[in-house]
Amino acid sequence: MPKLPATRSEAVFADAKPAYTPVQALTEANRCLYCADAPCVQACPTAINIPEFIRKIATGNLRGSARTIFDANIFGMSCARVCPVEVLCVGKCVYNEMDVPPIQIGKLQRYATDAAYADGERFAEAGPDTGKKVALLGGGPASLAAAHELRRQGHACTIFEQGDRLGGLSSSGVAPYKMKADRALEEVEWVLGIGGVELRCGVRVGVDVTVDQLLADFDAVFIGVGLGPDRLFHLDGAELAGIRGAVDWIAEMKTAKVPCEGIQRAIVIGGGNTAVDAVRELLGLGIPEVTMAYRGGEDEMSGYEHEWAAAKVAGARAAFRVQPIAYEGEEGAVRAVRMLRLDAARRPLPGTEHSMPAELVLLAIGQSRLGELFAGVQGVTLDHGKVVVDHDGATQHPKIFAGGDCANGGKEVVNAVAEGKRAAQAIDRLLRGGKAS
Amino acid sequence: MSTKISPDLTANCAGIVTPNPFWLASAPPTNSGDQIMRAFDAGWGGAVWKTLGQPIQNVSSRFGGLHYRGTRGIGFNNIELITDRPLETNLREIAEVKRRYPKHGVIVSLMVETREEWKDLIKRSIDAGADGLELNFGCPHGMCERGMGSAVGQEPRLNETITAWAAEYSTVPVLVKLTPNVDDIVPHGIAAKRGGADGVSLINTIKSIIGVNIDRMVPEPRVASRSTNGGYCGPAVKPIALHMVGALAREESFGLPISGIGGISNWRDAVEFILLGASSVQVCTEVMLRGYRVVEDMIEGLTEYMREHGFERLDQMIGRAVPGFSEWGDLDLNYETVAKIDPVSCIGCQACVVACHDGAHQCIHPPKEGRVPVVDESECVGCNLCQIVCPVPGCITMAEVDNGFEPATWNEFCAGEATLRPKKGVHE
Repeated sequence: MPKLPATRSEAVFADAKPAYTPVQALTEANRCLYCADAPCVQACPTAINIPEFIRKIATGNLRGSARTIFDANIFGMSCARVCPVEVLCVGKCVYNEMDVPPIQIGKLQRYATDAAYADGERFAEAGPDTGKKVALLGGGPASLAAAHELRRQGHACTIFEQGDRLGGLSSSGVAPYKMKADRALEEVEWVLGIGGVELRCGVRVGVDVTVDQLLADFDAVFIGVGLGPDRLFHLDGAELAGIRGAVDWIAEMKTAKVPCEGIQRAIVIGGGNTAVDAVRELLGLGIPEVTMAYRGGEDEMSGYEHEWAAAKVAGARAAFRVQPIAYEGEEGAVRAVRMLRLDAARRPLPGTEHSMPAELVLLAIGQSRLGELFAGVQGVTLDHGKVVVDHDGATQHPKIFAGGDCANGGKEVVNAVAEGKRAAQAIDRLLRGGKAS
Repeated sequence: MSTKISPDLTANCAGIVTPNPFWLASAPPTNSGDQIMRAFDAGWGGAVWKTLGQPIQNVSSRFGGLHYRGTRGIGFNNIELITDRPLETNLREIAEVKRRYPKHGVIVSLMVETREEWKDLIKRSIDAGADGLELNFGCPHGMCERGMGSAVGQEPRLNETITAWAAEYSTVPVLVKLTPNVDDIVPHGIAAKRGGADGVSLINTIKSIIGVNIDRMVPEPRVASRSTNGGYCGPAVKPIALHMVGALAREESFGLPISGIGGISNWRDAVEFILLGASSVQVCTEVMLRGYRVVEDMIEGLTEYMREHGFERLDQMIGRAVPGFSEWGDLDLNYETVAKIDPVSCIGCQACVVACHDGAHQCIHPPKEGRVPVVDESECVGCNLCQIVCPVPGCITMAEVDNGFEPATWNEFCAGEATLRPKKGVHE
């Protein structure tokens, strides 16, 4: 995998949630009530035994703590940083019920997993070779988690990735104040440390390799290709420089250097988590005036409340109930977005056209779906571009499974990891001669 | 509740009168006159001077702590011995403290071997101004191997003999400090009484090993490559101390004043000791861990407690819980309680479910819906375990059940005078 430049834009960010010192971790771990049938575990897509790993921190069994985490979630190190814990485990901590600050599960998980990484600990070993081979399409968390689980069972794995780096959005999409790309790539190496995973980068499904070919060469196929490029508005002026998809811009910010010179005002269009991330990132890079422009009201945003609150603290501005109708530019570069106001039902309000000046416009209005790549494959059905799967990630084709964003439409890393692992377990049952599910 | 009362905290323990019942126990916080004067300034009513005797040589280290779930020092032990300072220095400082603080109590702890030594030391202590003497028959480490401390306290006849010497030579009240390292405290209290003691103080520390260093594989506290048994104290020993204080307080043939010692960390602990019969309380570990300043809250908390309960003087509350301390055979076997969980304050941690299933009688179950556990009252034996593990104060209460049976004790039942309710939670 190509090396990341040290001067990449994300390097300027500090951790929004700093790592615990040992005494901080112990103090917090000792607060945990060690609930039974704990709500935090129920809220974790990978069902990490949270009270147990916290108890192990408290008793000084740090290695055991990390083992508990990684046994459930091999991406436990990054999930500790990037999970929206406020709406998952931490949000369900019973302390919330008595208006006592909830246990900082993410920070404790980071404490235990960072220690394991620092010690070079790896807990899972590859199982005895079964002679079975699985192809995994896409090199993000879903495929990597699936591959890791398959290797524990002794199946050979080959990952096909169209780009030149693995990690998917974990390395190219995570807000840098949560985790930087180098840490994500370190995690990829660590996960692959189980051995026996062949990597085929720069391979495009449907172009360089076909599903039929894979089905002939492998005993099972896991689809974990994620989502496609940013959706864009086809408006007048869309060709102007300075108008970009947010996911694309974030990837460049994390792995290279994005130009910021001369940008006084930036507009991020959208109201989801990508939009909110982009706003915080632009502010962090020193853009003086960053505005999120969203067609709904603040209470209709799909971005997490706690993330938007943090963005506002960082100085974010917002324009609610507006819709772009054209871009305005000079000398081939964008200078403003022509906006129209909307009513509460998102109907245009006549006579409300106005220009919002900006030298950079990021579109965070969703990503295209890649399911169409598999449209012709027998047994693979699509729902609005998502690969349709059951709870175990199984498609209607007995040998094809899927998980992660391409199947769930775009969720968190932790969901991709959970789905990849479940699919791998179903594949293992299939390859051992039983039924997949 | 009356708020008009201004309680008088003046304590009188065996004739030693102090402005309040809070005394510093004989220990490192009472090692020097400078310390004790600062303690009196902070509000302590009395101080038992660190034991005088032949000055000894101490080791390093000396203390060990017991820590639990992040709370430091719930238990504590030491292998320090009696004073290591010259006798003349201690006596000079005793005199200075008494000159500057005439209303405060200075009780001098003593530990020597021969009758002549006791006679000499008692005279010099009283000459220096001691308001009382405390005979250290309790120290369970270092001194007992030399035939002193708990070696005396564990032998009632030796205890009685030396107490008699002290009673003979002393013109001030004599307290005998008892060791808990005995199977029954009562004969030892009686021995002190027979010897002529004016009162007893208890408990001294409990013979203990506070922990083992699992990397060096040596017990704590470590002195080079070895350790030794020490004296255990701190909050964790309070239940043992309460039992021994209560056992003497309810013993009709005893009847001497008691200075209560053992894990007293706040005014609540002090109230408990007083209710079980103590007329003064002695504190060490909490002061070692947090300083003399803790007495402010002790005084204030005790004052507020007395005000709320209508006590104007300490003697109105001393021993008030003693009648309630009875034998098992006199407990009402027909008294029945069951656990009630308040669904509003329950936070759904299910700690009670696990505790009841694994540690009690399998009568609290996870609910079909929601997070509030369900108590099967027909199986609940009223053991209290759920209430103990519940992290929400007041969420689980033990409710009395009117089962229609008249009160009946085991002793009454054995005498054929009672009918017992059917047993609960027994599945044959």
